[in-house]
Formats: sequence, C-alpha cells, structure tokens
Amino acid sequence: MSGPQRNSNNARESITSFDIHFTRYIDNDGKVVGALPDIAKDPDALIPLYRAMVLNRAFDTKAIALQRTGKLGTYASSLGQEAVFIAVGAVMKKQDVLVPYYRECGAQFLRGVTMTELLLYWAGDERGMDYAGPREDLPICVPIASQIPQAAGVALAMKYRREPRVAVTMFGDGATSKGDFYEAANAAGVWNLPLVFVVINNQWAISVPLREQTRCETLAQKAIAAGFPGEQVDGNDVIAVFDRFSAAMEKARTGGGPTLIEAITYRLSDHTTADDATRYRSDEELRTHWEREPIKRLRQYLITTGYWDQQRDEQLQQKCELEVEQATQAYLDTPPPEPESMFDYLYANLPGALQPQRDDLAKKVKQACQS
Amino acid sequence: MPELNLIEAVNKALAFELAADENVVILGEDVGVNGGVFRATVGLQQRFGEQRVLDTPLAETLIAGVAVGMASQGLRPVAEIQFMGFIYSTVDQILNHASRLRNRTRGRLTCPMVLRAPYGGGIHAPEHHSESYEAMFAHIPGLRVVIPSSPARAYGLLLASIRDPDPVIFLEPKRIYRLIKQEVVDNGDGLPLDTCYTLRQGSDVTLVSWGAMLHETQQAAEQLVNDGISAEVIDVATLKPLDMQTILDSVSKTGRCVIVHEAARTAGFGAEIAAQLLEHGLLSLLAPVKRVTGYDTVMPLYRLEEFYLPGVDQIITAVREVVEFG
Repeated sequence: MSGPQRNSNNARESITSFDIHFTRYIDNDGKVVGALPDIAKDPDALIPLYRAMVLNRAFDTKAIALQRTGKLGTYASSLGQEAVFIAVGAVMKKQDVLVPYYRECGAQFLRGVTMTELLLYWAGDERGMDYAGPREDLPICVPIASQIPQAAGVALAMKYRREPRVAVTMFGDGATSKGDFYEAANAAGVWNLPLVFVVINNQWAISVPLREQTRCETLAQKAIAAGFPGEQVDGNDVIAVFDRFSAAMEKARTGGGPTLIEAITYRLSDHTTADDATRYRSDEELRTHWEREPIKRLRQYLITTGYWDQQRDEQLQQKCELEVEQATQAYLDTPPPEPESMFDYLYANLPGALQPQRDDLAKKVKQACQS
Repeated sequence: MPELNLIEAVNKALAFELAADENVVILGEDVGVNGGVFRATVGLQQRFGEQRVLDTPLAETLIAGVAVGMASQGLRPVAEIQFMGFIYSTVDQILNHASRLRNRTRGRLTCPMVLRAPYGGGIHAPEHHSESYEAMFAHIPGLRVVIPSSPARAYGLLLASIRDPDPVIFLEPKRIYRLIKQEVVDNGDGLPLDTCYTLRQGSDVTLVSWGAMLHETQQAAEQLVNDGISAEVIDVATLKPLDMQTILDSVSKTGRCVIVHEAARTAGFGAEIAAQLLEHGLLSLLAPVKRVTGYDTVMPLYRLEEFYLPGVDQIITAVREVVEFG
C-alpha cells in the first residue's frame, strides 16, 4: 500500500503544506535588500551580465525598428525581461541544452546563437534556426508550451546517457495553463529529471492578464503539485535570478532533480510587433513598471557600488549599437534561401515521390527569374 | 523456423533493435512490466531494463513530446500510443515538431522517432478504440506512415522504421494481431520503406489495400478465380511516401482498380490513390476507379461494427462492376 501512513486518532488532519519563497537582493531603486550573494560583490562577474542586458536591449530596439520599416517580419520583444534571459544564459554551461520559447534572444546570444541568425529567423528564413554555436539547443518554439514536453525528453536523454548536463526550458505565464506544461512537470517529478523550468511571468499572455490565467497565488506552486520545488524570484533583479537559477542548475546537475523558477517580471513591450497593448492595458500600469525595469536597476547598483560610471556606460551603449548594426548588415546582406531548399531538409533523402514536385518548383523558379 | 503472429513479430523486431542499438528506447503507457496492453513489449523490460523500456505517466502529449526531445538529441525512441483513439493529442507534437524539426533547423536537429499505435476495428473494443485515421497523418509533410499487413512485413517494416532517420507513424492493424501466423526469420533484416508489395499477380483488375483489409481483399481475389477474374493484389504498406509507380504499372496491365480501406471514404487515403491514377494513368483505365471503404459515419460501437467494415462480398461486387463496365 502506498499513501500516507497515519497513526493519529484525529478523523481529519493536515497531512501536507508548502511554502513558496520569493528572492530579491536589489530593490526597484537599486538598493540592497538583505545579505548579498558572492556574485553581487564581484564586478568581473556582474559587469558582463550588465553588458549582455544592454546588448539584448540594443538588439531588441533595432529589431523593432527593422520591423517598423518593413525589413523584418513580426518580432517578439524581450523589453523589460532581460535580467531573466541574461542570468539564465550566463549560468548555463556549454554542454547544457536550452529548449526555448520565442522571447529569450538574450539567453540565446549567451548560448552562442548569433544576432544575424535570429534576425534571419524573424525575417522568415529557416537558416536562422541552424545555430552555428549551440548545435543541440532546440530552435525557437511558437506553439505555446509545446516545447516543455520536449525539454523533458532532452533531459531524459541526458539522464539515460548519465551525462552531467541539464536541460532548461523557458515559457511564459500563459503556458502554465496548458496541459503540456502539467504533463511535462509531472513526468519531470516522476523521473527526477535534470531539468529546470523557468517561467517568465511577465503578467500578460497577449491581452489576458495573470488574474484571468490562474487563481493560484503563485505559478511556482504548480511545481509542488508535480512533486518538486518551485520558487519565485524578482525577475528584474539579475542577481536574484542568477543566484537562485544557479542553485537550481547545480541541484539538477548533481542528481537532485527538477526545479521551477517563476521569475516575476513585466512585458514592457507589446506582445509582438503585430500587437497593440494600448487596447488592453493602461499607460499608468506601464509607467509603474518602467520604474522597476532591470537594466536601470542594475546600472544604479553598479554606479552606487563604484563598479561602473556614466562614461563607461555611454561607451558600452555605443559598442552594443555598433555590434547590432554589424549583425543587421550581415543579415541584410544574406541572399534569400534557394526555393528548392524547402524540399531538401524534409527527409534525410528526398523520397522519389516528391522529386516531380521539386522539379516543378525548379521550373517555377526559372520562370520567375526570366520574367 | 518459428511461426509468429503479427504482435509477436512486432515484439521480435523491438527486441532485435534494442539489442543492436543502445540508442533505441521504448516508452509508453504500460509498456514495462505489463508488456503493453496487446503484449507488444512483453518481456522487454525484464530483458533490457527500466532505462530502455520505460513506463510513462498517462499522458499522450507527453509521450510524443518526450520522444521528440529524445530524438532531437540523437536517441531513437519508439513510443507506443495504446490505441489510435488516444493519438490525437500527440498531433501537435507530430505536426508542429516531429515532422518539421529537420526542415526548421536545416538538418541541424533531426527526429528519428517511431510512434506505434494499434488501429482499426473488428475486435469488439470499447468506444474510441476502433478508428482508422491514417489519412490524417499521411497528409503531414515530413512524416512516414507505415502499415504492415502480415507478421513478416511487421517485423521488417518496424526494423526499417526504427532505423529510419526521420519520424515514422507505424500503425498496427490490431484485428490481425493474432489472426495470421507466418514464418518470420528473426535476422534483423529490414524491408524498404518506399515500396508497395505485390502480394498476388493478376491480369484483370488491381486491388489496392493496406492493413487488416488486405485479409478480405486477398479472400476476394481467391474467390474471384471461380468467376474467371484474375486479380492482382497490392499491399501499399508505406502510405507516405507513396510508391505510386507499382500501382500505376499494375493498372497499366489490368486497366481496372479497386481500392479497399476501412477508414471513412471522404478524403480517405484511397482518394489520393484514385486521384493519382487519374493524373498519371487515365489512358490505361478501362473502367472508373472504385473504392470499397468504411462509411462516412462515426465508427459505430461494436454491435454494428461488422456492418461498418467492408467485407469480402462488397469487394467482389465492386470488382464485378469494374470488370463488367462499358
């Protein structure tokens, strides 16, 4: 018989309870809360995180500008959520595998995905998912939450091969309403998988606010139902995310099983460039959240501690913009894909049945070139 | 040589490949100690261990998603969905991910997985256990859809499916799991995945079918001999990609074609074969292509299933119509 063994004479009693912890080290004004972890006192570790966040935002700004001028397709911005993406990308080791959704370009850059590759992707070119760097990372995933069961499969493969590697999957608050999430979390618990779930709770799933998504007080507690720990971090405090995510990764790497980290942040942008958030949320709400945004907060902390100054900040800003410009130029200079390529990666070897269709396309291409 | 039924042949193929390739992992509901509800995986967990033959939580989206994730990392998962009626929640994973991973990543990641499921009617199973939705998967680019119709082909086609570098939907006609016994050489030889199998030579009409219906189709061909009608019988076996050439060659000889499947008629896979016959073989045809299929109704509960499933008599009637046409 499984189930609780009870010796009590009470007819009815509490048999379990749980706590969800929230971690924050740097508050909205850049001031220190509580005892800081080591990373917070190490400018050599902290400044690269800041740089990556600034680069993430510079890329984001450029991508939106490209979309607005007709040089890029629909783009999902990461504005305001950079601290989570950068902390996750920075903590993961090369041999780990990221199973992303679609908003975490900052994490992908730190994994070795190039800005040019992501611009190609958002410009409608599959070559943008052929990452030259992290060969085993999954590509961006658009159907919400469908990457999460795959992350369980990636983690199961690592466990099967007894490798000290960890799979990380990221998804938004809306994704935690889907069965895919529950099924994968449940299995991660059962199989004690080396898998870390990172929920980007940015308060909005397109136009639907969190209160209409769940009645749970936290999304972190959904992990409790799956039998493993969940916790909240201030997702706009890169030190908090770095610290708690590092602990979760270490635990997963050493056989301790999965963790869910709910990063509380805010989507300062529209859902994508195809969305207009003024239809469903107030300017006032947006203003409030701009005051809590992660880059300003970290900058304030770095300047207060003397690790950083205004002049270096301006130089960094320029350097990042230049880097983004170069990547943009490389993207714009990339010739379009060969139309026939739509057949060439469908199967390992094109089945004979499809050859006439490929020939037909080749003819269509030739005619288009002539006219 | 041992005589095996179809489900035993599936088991033999799984065992052979588990032993041959450590990247092969079996997962699904009740596939472990229970050996699968139809016993396809019986004895495998005991022999290969819980890491290789893994019981999953009861969650089909998970099973398919985990298989995609494992395959993306170079393993060769063989996932079982207990009945086709429970396969639909895997479609997101199969359509959005498994079938496209190679294309989306320009070959960086691939998805060498097999999704096995028993399908079809005729065993008096409960509701949602008897449907035939092979056409739904055959519509999805990037997949292979394979349906064996005999123990030997189940063995060879399943081995080839596991070894194939792309995702395969492997549908097992459960009505004939234990109907036929046949000698199967357990030597690890796979069968080609891009060819139809001609089971019987004939000169007057080509009968095209797959899965369990081949049983009735072959009986019909046998009885038609008494009417002086010589029927060629083709097992499509690999619906996608479809080897249309074998069918066209046969029809160019016989001039007539009857397609038999138990799935509903409209937009069934027979429609694809008929359309291709008209596109590429119109001038060989001496009569309209006929289809003998399940009705466009919901699959009835089992008290009526024998009226739903096409029978030998219907096949014979259809053949007579095309032979006597014009």
